[in-house]
Amino acid sequence: MIRTFNCVFRRDLMLALRRKSEALNTLVFFVIVTSLFPLGVGAEPNLLREIAPGILWVAALLAALLSLGRLFEPDFADGTLEQMALIGEPLPVIVLAKIAAHWVMTGLPLTLLAPVIALQFDLRADIIGLLFLTLLVGTPVLSLLGAIAAALTLGLRGGGVLSALLVLPLYIPLLIFGAGAAGAAGAGLGGEAHLLLLGAFLLISAAISPWATASALHIALD
Amino acid sequence: MLEALDLECVRGERRLFSGLSFTVSSGQLVHLSGENGSGKTSLMRILCGLHTPYNGSVRWKGRPIASLDEDYHRDLVYVGHLNGIKDELTPLENLAIATTLSGISADADRRFDALSAFGVAACADLPVRYLSQGQRRRVALSRLALADDRPLWILDEPFNALDSTAVAQLRQLLSAHVGGGGMVVLTTHLDLAVEGVETQGLNLDLHGSAA
Repeated sequence: MIRTFNCVFRRDLMLALRRKSEALNTLVFFVIVTSLFPLGVGAEPNLLREIAPGILWVAALLAALLSLGRLFEPDFADGTLEQMALIGEPLPVIVLAKIAAHWVMTGLPLTLLAPVIALQFDLRADIIGLLFLTLLVGTPVLSLLGAIAAALTLGLRGGGVLSALLVLPLYIPLLIFGAGAAGAAGAGLGGEAHLLLLGAFLLISAAISPWATASALHIALD
Repeated sequence: MLEALDLECVRGERRLFSGLSFTVSSGQLVHLSGENGSGKTSLMRILCGLHTPYNGSVRWKGRPIASLDEDYHRDLVYVGHLNGIKDELTPLENLAIATTLSGISADADRRFDALSAFGVAACADLPVRYLSQGQRRRVALSRLALADDRPLWILDEPFNALDSTAVAQLRQLLSAHVGGGGMVVLTTHLDLAVEGVETQGLNLDLHGSAA
């Protein structure tokens, strides 16, 4: 199982690095959206500080949505997904490896870039640190929950829109607690409770998503 | 032994075939034929466990494949309509990933030899996107050259896009596999004559809704 996980994980990273433009799309989208907001709402420091966590989280969430289509669709189209379903290893292991690679290529770069972007919103260092932590814990959940929707809509016409409709209600609690952590810290309440809730979301989705996604993939391949 | 028992396949509103039963024994090749749309690919996917039949069951070594799941897949090699290779990777990389995932032990030399067996060693380090359809098919089929220990091969139109040299190479490989006690189920529109191989013909048109 570990051999299978490593092989799929490395394969997906290799493929993403060979399709650099696709991998960069998510990052460029995140930078553009977060950079346009200060220009649009004006250079009022208090307002920017207040809305910054929400903007960064919404941009991360939309960037994750943008990348979901690439999670299974290319493998479904060229037949490698059906080959993976027949290798004699549990499909949830393969799914988990693909989700991990997806997060490394999308969620992790956004998380690492977020503190730099946050500087243009004039956020305090401790709030930037907390925002980084919420994204570090929250972005894997975006990939885990997104995988279920991507698998459920695999092969459907207009699957991208349907996928967004399916997954957005699940993303909303993440958005509330992720952005709320920085707001609570700014108000002197501390963001630990929000961070713990995000951690709980991560554990629950890590326990459920690989199996749910694998079941959805079996249906798509049938 | 692979047994198909009273299989019925329905796609959408259409019954493709029903009451289909056959067995594949060690050292036997089954050649599925039928018109376009008669359900050959659906049957291959049912035999692999990718598609659930409307009725009936498939048994491997006396047990339903649904209950065997991964244990069945470890005995199986499936080459479908789609090649199952990535355009961004080289043939060698594709083969390395396929063998690692399938648990087939093959070092770099063996993988290169497998590509050589299908005449694509010269492009072993080129990304697959630069290869022709025939060469891509050869890369997909080169997995067979490493899978002689897998008893059951299920091949959907394996001769598609191949030139006469590659067709001969594949026939030779099939002959060696079946001769060594392996089993093959394949579909093709070609006249299939593999020297020294017991071939069982199965025409799906006779089991279709019109039959």
